[in-house]
Amino acid sequence: MTTTNITGDTSGVGLVEAKRAHFDTPLTLRSGEVMPAYDLVYETYGTLNADGTNAILVCHALSGHHHIAGHYADEPKNIGWWDNIVGPGRPLDTNRYFIVGVNNLGGCHGSTGPASINPATGKPWGADFPMVTVIDWVHSQARLADLLGIQCWAAVIGGSLGGMQALRWSVTYPERVRSTIVIAAAPYLTAQNIAFNDVARQAILTDPEFYGGNYYEHGARPVRGLRLARMLGHITYLSDDQMGEKFGRGLRNGNLSFGFDVDFQIESYLHYQGDKFAGHFDANTYLLMTRALDYFDPAREENGDLTAVMKRAKSDFLIVSFTTDWRFSPERSREIVSSLLAAEKNVSYAEIDLAFGHDSFLLDDPYYHSIIDAHLKKVQA
Amino acid sequence: MNPAAAKTLANRSDWNIIASWVQPGERVLDLGCGDGSLLKLLIEERGARGYGVEIDAQGVLASIRNGINVVQTDIDHGLAEFKDNAFEHVVLSRTLQTVRHTENTLREMLRVGREAVVSVPNFGYWKNRQAVLNGRMPVSEDLPYQWYDTPNVRFFTLADFEALCEQMGIVVRTREVLDDSGKPVLEEHNFLGSLGVYRIAKG
Repeated sequence: MTTTNITGDTSGVGLVEAKRAHFDTPLTLRSGEVMPAYDLVYETYGTLNADGTNAILVCHALSGHHHIAGHYADEPKNIGWWDNIVGPGRPLDTNRYFIVGVNNLGGCHGSTGPASINPATGKPWGADFPMVTVIDWVHSQARLADLLGIQCWAAVIGGSLGGMQALRWSVTYPERVRSTIVIAAAPYLTAQNIAFNDVARQAILTDPEFYGGNYYEHGARPVRGLRLARMLGHITYLSDDQMGEKFGRGLRNGNLSFGFDVDFQIESYLHYQGDKFAGHFDANTYLLMTRALDYFDPAREENGDLTAVMKRAKSDFLIVSFTTDWRFSPERSREIVSSLLAAEKNVSYAEIDLAFGHDSFLLDDPYYHSIIDAHLKKVQA
Repeated sequence: MNPAAAKTLANRSDWNIIASWVQPGERVLDLGCGDGSLLKLLIEERGARGYGVEIDAQGVLASIRNGINVVQTDIDHGLAEFKDNAFEHVVLSRTLQTVRHTENTLREMLRVGREAVVSVPNFGYWKNRQAVLNGRMPVSEDLPYQWYDTPNVRFFTLADFEALCEQMGIVVRTREVLDDSGKPVLEEHNFLGSLGVYRIAKG
């Protein structure tokens, strides 16, 4: 199939458009609940070859979606969230690969999620939307692969929660992944990670505008809670050094107000990030995504033995971490590496010295991109 | 052997010896693997498999480009990522003198491997002794750095290395010694040898 969106613009993929796929085969979720039918929105860049062997799946993180690269005709400023790595001559080279981005089930960017209408009630799903987990996303993505004619991904790649999906792909569909690229991720969340997620969720759950998750029908949105959740999350995405360098103790208006309005630049920045996010993101999706993070722990299937789980994989692996990432520190990536080494898999590990904490994985850094590029060049399209 | 591999071997006189000790299908861990050339050679020419370990970012990138499995880590922090007896050979080519925790490194090598293959430059080589007698730190084929820019942090002779092995209960299974033109040295190895290549194991 050809779904080329490339305009010939050498700086990236150029104009793109989102597509929608409807699935009406029921999907049994890990929780035991069943999604009778659902939609997934996705985007593709590049051209799938005749054998369907050159496809790369890009999995998104907590707040991501299917719009990875390029821009829309009617929204020229809406550039994809990982545009810097996708395009002709870039590591995810659209001259060579067919790149697929999909908005996960439960998302709020077009795929079926809590804000969608539940056909059973005619009202938004809200609190009734089933809990989705990483393995559920992988199963739903596999159905999208079937639809697109992709038997085996050349690579599945993702950062953070996206990296966890890539890891999950490698052991859930070992025959369908040739290379797995896991960036700034962890094999499971620590108590501290879960604690941060809990505070974020509590901010949303206790917002009076939350209405037990059914705020849509009240014409309300738990903006305050979502804003706080995002502010907290944002602190954990950045490094202390980077915050210090960027904001330090800088004052917004040059002097202290002796009140509780914004004095420091970091406050101004966090408020801006919180407002921006709370303005468009769906709080129920945020709850689901953070819970999917909490629940991710593939080693559970083998009584905590990650090596035993990773033995199922047949793909090559590239594991990448960032020195200043304290949300999922290099030590967490090393846990994945250790298990892959013990399972005698083909694995390389790069620990990249970048200053931007967890968010480093989105940076347009030449060395970081060379590592991805070098690894992908080994993968036969 | 292909010409490129033969050329590489000629450049690194210890690699020939190391390659001859590796049997097809054996698992090799190459510590301080640089751009992965030695491991690539062992894989392509000797049918080995395994991993490289490298601390330097450019080495990691070059290894991946060379098609080598490489793990970025600092040997001085141990080899915690690797389980016991995971490899037939753990190779440390011309790197032990750059490692601060010498004893721990040797112990870790013999934990994760059944055998360690270590090549070390000999500060006791007669030309090096002569340089010191002349009042200057040695710079040679096997010790190519000036004192002010050397990555080396440990300065020892082959006799020193063997004494440490004995003290640690490590057995030297095989020792090959080369002069600075890569020719075998058959006697007075601590005086006539520029590079020692050892197979060592737990006693």
